[in-house]
Amino acid sequence: MTRQLWKFHGGIHPAQHKEESTRRPIAPATIPSELVIPLHQHIGESAEPIVKVGDHVLKGQEIGRAHGYVSASVHASSSGMVVAIEERPIPHPSGLNAPCLVIKTDGEDRWHAPTPAGDYVEMEPSHLRNLVRSAGIVGLGGAGFPSFIKLNPTGKVIDTLILNGVECEPYITCDDMLMRERADEIIAGAKIMRHALQAREVLIAIEDNKPQAIAAMRQAAIDEPGVEVAVVPTRYPQGDGRQLVKVLTGREVPSSGLSSQIGIVVHNVATAYSVDRAINHSQPLISRIVTVTGDGIREPRNLEVPIGTPIQHLLDLCGVAENVERIVIGGPLMGYAMLSAHVPVIKTSNCILVSRKPANPPAPEMPCIRCGACSDACPVELLPQQLYWHARAKEFDKTQEYDLFDCIECGCCAYVCPSNIPLVHYYRFAKTEIWAQEREKEKADQARKRHDFRQARMEREQAEKEARLAQKKAALQEKPASPEAAAEASDKQAAIQAALARAQAKKASSPDGASAQSGLPDKETE
Amino acid sequence: MLTAVVTLALLGLTLGLLLGFAAVRFKVEGDPLADQIDAILPQTQCGQCGFPGCRPYAEAMAKGEAEINRCPPGGQTVIIALADLLGREPVSLDAEVGAEKPKMVAVIDENICIGCTLCLQACPVDAILGAAKQMHTIIESECTGCELCVEPCPVDCISMEVLPQQVIHWKWPYPQQSTEARPA
Repeated sequence: MTRQLWKFHGGIHPAQHKEESTRRPIAPATIPSELVIPLHQHIGESAEPIVKVGDHVLKGQEIGRAHGYVSASVHASSSGMVVAIEERPIPHPSGLNAPCLVIKTDGEDRWHAPTPAGDYVEMEPSHLRNLVRSAGIVGLGGAGFPSFIKLNPTGKVIDTLILNGVECEPYITCDDMLMRERADEIIAGAKIMRHALQAREVLIAIEDNKPQAIAAMRQAAIDEPGVEVAVVPTRYPQGDGRQLVKVLTGREVPSSGLSSQIGIVVHNVATAYSVDRAINHSQPLISRIVTVTGDGIREPRNLEVPIGTPIQHLLDLCGVAENVERIVIGGPLMGYAMLSAHVPVIKTSNCILVSRKPANPPAPEMPCIRCGACSDACPVELLPQQLYWHARAKEFDKTQEYDLFDCIECGCCAYVCPSNIPLVHYYRFAKTEIWAQEREKEKADQARKRHDFRQARMEREQAEKEARLAQKKAALQEKPASPEAAAEASDKQAAIQAALARAQAKKASSPDGASAQSGLPDKETE
Repeated sequence: MLTAVVTLALLGLTLGLLLGFAAVRFKVEGDPLADQIDAILPQTQCGQCGFPGCRPYAEAMAKGEAEINRCPPGGQTVIIALADLLGREPVSLDAEVGAEKPKMVAVIDENICIGCTLCLQACPVDAILGAAKQMHTIIESECTGCELCVEPCPVDCISMEVLPQQVIHWKWPYPQQSTEARPA
């Protein structure tokens, strides 16, 4: 009965800290007075606003339409009035602003009249994908890749759909609570996804530190043929798609490739839940479960939060302790610290981790002693130490030789480092620098092409001008040779002589007006 | 003695002919070193180096007639890349040619523009759109920020603006320099 499992290289076992936030059931967060909904919430293109300032919108109404292929729509998470479409701070490590739709809620929370989608079994997979796209569903595990793309087998045969309920990062429990409380909906969503992919089986992967979620999911899947709950031993970073595929199937996803190349597609359990809401209940993705936890929170718990709710609103609901040092979005290993709590919850915000100032300050960064612990811990079997040296020295071509872009930024290397070197920060620095250099190179190539074209055009114009001039000159030199031209010239000469004679006669007859009119005859002689 | 002299002479002649033939047959068109240098330069075409564009500067460097530190838009990154390629010592930017500046883009104040086309003629990459007595405008995505259009404008309606930082183009700062935005 138990499934054969494989192992991935490295990994760590950090302290779990999951109990704190699983003691209370999921509760709906109250609706804030203002919702700030960023138009760009994931990789790919921004949505385009389709409402104006002053419009009244209803809960679930589309307010930003998907634009381009890698894009998904955004919807109003509650009813109210659009009061601004402007740049606001968004949850991003840069702390920069980005275009957002701001809705002043009216407190009525009135739904937009839904159009029932019908029974998914009778739908074409492509129609299903369009529905998922217009429902604004993106991967809720963290990366936020638009889900409809990952529901397209693109001609490949997909045999396994893996639902990722591993949730391996400490503190985060939103998927755990969702599986405990809403297992039937997750299974219903999984069946829709299986239909879209035409996949043979569904594997739901859950780590063995979540016995209640396992029991609930097993119960929900008991009468479902081809749906199996696979329990995997707890180890970080098992929740990463590539590691999970290796553990469950023994197969490896090729470097810079996709799991669909080997017939496997991985989706998060919360994404399956949203697909069920969108297809069976005609409700777009307008809320998500967020874990609010950490030693800086008085009542750690999971909340069902409308997208666009300011994080400060959640902190007020759960109570913040004194001496808060920082607010991290995401988990302790892969998350990023925020400079302010006045940023909204977006589709990918799974956890708000608030930590107090630690009693003992963290140990300072020390020089690398080349112990190699990072290489032992790396789940992708890279050489973190080499990557560190080269990233530190800004030798970006060398970092690429050591496969920097295969790094999943899981943070295992930095976790085990005895010298407390912020290794992942170096890799992120190197990656964004390389991207920037590539963009600049592209721009330079474009500028060179345009400059060369301009030079060529100017040379051509110059040559054409010279050719025209030469032609004119040649024509002028040829003209006097012909008898007609000569006759014409002598006619002209005669006319001028006649005019001169007339002028002189005039001058002689009226000496007073001569000075006033002298200009005219002079000009004629020229 | 004679055999040795004849043998060596013949050998020398044959190899000489062979080399001479190869030099004609496999002659490389253009200057490959100048191409490599040109690929490193930022192609701003601003002329701050004292040459009329990036390509002439690259050719001068390839001939060893110009220093590698005369490109303000490229800054230290380009100097290091050039030093690597040419086997020279990296030096700091020549203060005479200007200082490294953030990426800029030209902006035309369309209320003032009289449509004289002088800036169109100055732009090295055809990034300005317009015609005589028609309002001109900059194609932002094509502008290299060379500033060559600023000076010819008779009504002073072109200004250089620093490109705003976008979230998708944001770069993680170098670790030691930052304490605030650190991965948790």
